[in-house]
Amino acid sequence: MTTATHSPEELAREERRYFQIFGLLAVLTAVEVGVIYMPIPHFVIVTSLVLLAVIKASLVALYYMHLASEKTLLTWIALTPMILCVFLLLMLTPDLGAVTRMVTHALAGAPAAH
Amino acid sequence: MSTAAADTHLVEPAESPVTPESWGKLGMWNFLAGDAMSFGGLLAGYGALRYGDPNWPVPSTILGITLTAAMTFLLVCSSVTMVEALAGFKGGNQKKLRTFLALTILGGLIFLSLQAYEWTHLIEHGESIRKNNFGATFFILTGFHGMHVFSGVVYLSVILTRALLGKYEDPHNNEIEIAALYWHFVDLVWILVFTFVYLV
Repeated sequence: MTTATHSPEELAREERRYFQIFGLLAVLTAVEVGVIYMPIPHFVIVTSLVLLAVIKASLVALYYMHLASEKTLLTWIALTPMILCVFLLLMLTPDLGAVTRMVTHALAGAPAAH
Repeated sequence: MSTAAADTHLVEPAESPVTPESWGKLGMWNFLAGDAMSFGGLLAGYGALRYGDPNWPVPSTILGITLTAAMTFLLVCSSVTMVEALAGFKGGNQKKLRTFLALTILGGLIFLSLQAYEWTHLIEHGESIRKNNFGATFFILTGFHGMHVFSGVVYLSVILTRALLGKYEDPHNNEIEIAALYWHFVDLVWILVFTFVYLV
């Protein structure tokens, strides 16, 4: 969205794109809700949900917030908090003994004790 | 006064290297990046608490997924009305701009009403911010997001008032695009909150 003047054709094309994205978001939301009731392992459900959420969020950022047609540097500004959050999660993990519990869990082959 | 006015004219504003249309847009993006960090911090804290607690309840057994799926759909719809408002502005169609801005505000208001309904229902059924970490993280995350929706409704109402006063005749004005960025961000965050708090 770098120009202030828009030809009617250009606008019509943009609007068509907006509705395509809307359709996609609606379908993906329905899929998300459907996934939680599927008889598949819990980690598959969680992975699919995270993946679907990331796709949906990216669609909004790329097309509704126009990141796709902006300068790359702006995308990096938008991505910075996501990168920092991944670090934050990694830093929180050892505090909770999560790694230890995961190992115990794997060794015992059963849900870890409290 | 006259020297101050002269000074501001002497300093020619440099063009923003990232967003050539305006500095305001870069400002909004920077604000949103900071705001994303707040949400990221809350979500990370939620994840850490939840992972550390083997007795964490399954959200779908307590929370109404159908209602919130509808709320998610509603917020996505309000994003569409927002891009339509922007398209109306770009096409020089003031009526379309005003109509779709009003619809976007309406979408935000319905979302807030549904959230108020949901909260009332949950509180009446014994959930609270003090009961346990589930309640604490739930009410803080959805409340922080709801506060953003409320701010968005106020923000867009100001934009709509300005539109009704005929402030957006100039196609180079990008106040609407900047406001739209905020509104889409609120939608984007809800997509994540819906997934992590309600579905996972």
